[in-house]
Amino acid sequence: MKWILQETLALTMRSVRRLSRERISMVFGLIQPMLFWLILFGNLFQKTAQIPGFQAPNYITFLTAGVVIMTVLNSGLSGGVDLLFDKESGFLERLLSAPISRNSLIYSRFIFVMGITSVQILVILLVAFLVFGVYPRSGVLGMAFIMLVGLLFGLGLIAISLTLAFAIKGHGNFFALMGFLTLPLIFLSTALVPSHAMPGWMAFITQLNPMTYAIEAVRELILGGWFWADILKVLAVLLVFDAVSIGLSSRIFHRQVG
Amino acid sequence: MKAIEIHNLKKTFNEKTVLKGLTLDVEPGEVFGMLGPNGAGKTTTIRTVLTLLKPTEGQVKVWGYDVQTQPREVRQVLGYVPQEKAVDRFLTGREHLTLVADLYHLNKTEARRRIREVLELVDLTQKADDLVNNYSGGMKKKLDIACGLIPAPKVLVLDEPTLGLDVESRIRIWDYIRRLRRAGLTILMTTNYLDEADQLCDRIAILDRGRLAALGTPEGLKKGLGGDRVTIQFGPQQDRLEELAGALRKDLPFVNEIKVSPENHELEIRVASNEEALAPLIQAIHQRRHPVLAIQYSRPTLEDVFITYTGHKIKEDSALS
Repeated sequence: MKWILQETLALTMRSVRRLSRERISMVFGLIQPMLFWLILFGNLFQKTAQIPGFQAPNYITFLTAGVVIMTVLNSGLSGGVDLLFDKESGFLERLLSAPISRNSLIYSRFIFVMGITSVQILVILLVAFLVFGVYPRSGVLGMAFIMLVGLLFGLGLIAISLTLAFAIKGHGNFFALMGFLTLPLIFLSTALVPSHAMPGWMAFITQLNPMTYAIEAVRELILGGWFWADILKVLAVLLVFDAVSIGLSSRIFHRQVG
Repeated sequence: MKAIEIHNLKKTFNEKTVLKGLTLDVEPGEVFGMLGPNGAGKTTTIRTVLTLLKPTEGQVKVWGYDVQTQPREVRQVLGYVPQEKAVDRFLTGREHLTLVADLYHLNKTEARRRIREVLELVDLTQKADDLVNNYSGGMKKKLDIACGLIPAPKVLVLDEPTLGLDVESRIRIWDYIRRLRRAGLTILMTTNYLDEADQLCDRIAILDRGRLAALGTPEGLKKGLGGDRVTIQFGPQQDRLEELAGALRKDLPFVNEIKVSPENHELEIRVASNEEALAPLIQAIHQRRHPVLAIQYSRPTLEDVFITYTGHKIKEDSALS
């Protein structure tokens, strides 16, 4: 147990050190969701707020929840990238030839990516407040729940990403698959448009997308109406999502590394 | 106890058999080289020893621990220097060594002491706090070796330690390997380079297509080919070569074997040792009044050993795969 802590901490610190030296990628990782989604999409789709039955006061307020969860999606799905490059550079061989618990490799990725995701969520909420005056009506407790929802959704995504990093040959294939997955997941959720404004079949699919549940919960917490029943239902859905993706992932992972 | 015991090791990947029953032992304190073209099974053997691959059949023990049932113990006694320069360019040299020290569960004081020692050994103390991104190829390899030495392993595994390095770095790495050997470390290494195996290894295993083709000391393997080779060329009018060969075989005890090639007017003579052989040999030929045109003397090299046991050259094969 003491050993697992030492291993996990050392591996996590490695990621932190790397990040501190890749300043450009750190800055863009933070700016991208603000610039791309909040400012560009927020302005482009302003008129969405005129859809009958639209609950938010304006589109930016509506979109903020979407941006939070889309950022979680991006960070989570790229959670396996470092591992993928370690696999290709031979660094993973070095790590695996050391007498470490295989789980330490995974734990350190979870800790690091979830740490990054937390910072990203806080920055998005801060910018949304400072620039657009959007703030969670549900208060500090609501903020904590936004965090919880984001991290629970992220957990399952990281597991999926790590598994793909292990199972897929070559980073070209990995990025192709990620690119293929990301946009449909976003468009088939309620990140950009409420489901009642979608064609029927799309609205139906959004109900099967775990991302929708995370977005709806965050949106409810931002808009202010917040109901324990809804939040608990979402937490349950996300826990099932995590259990399934971690369960599948750990089987594949242990088949690969023993 | 042996440092490494490999018994009847077989490995199959998707119906392709890469190792076909390999058996060999590595003694504690020796530098053991595995020589062979790419695809001979060297890397597969090494990866099995490192517990990164499971044997399809057979048994591998490292320092008495079984790789299948005691992988943790095996990893704890091994240090590994991979073939690729497996370093993270966004970390400094010291940060690499600190990471490795933590993965082998050294405490802070031990870690600091080991890091200082290995940095000194590979002459990286000055550059320890530079980013690896700014290291040359040779420096990266040195750091790689330093990482392998951090856990103070019983057995150091080096996979192609000088592949792709410039001459100066190669010679320096050879020097480290010799120093480590003197300090009593057991080393298992693979190599594509015959001169490297010849210079560094106490014993060599020649692997070919998943099998052990030959095993022995570099000297022993070379001697095993039947001794040094003297090629003597005679003038074209010479037609009594068979008779001469028969006489030499009879009279000179150090002659092991004589091959006659009448079309080239040549005798290829294998002799036990040159110092005593050359003078009496020439004298005997002279006494029988055979005009000698040219004499060529050569000692078998590992290249000859390799060709004899595998039927092909090492380099041609590696270029193909």
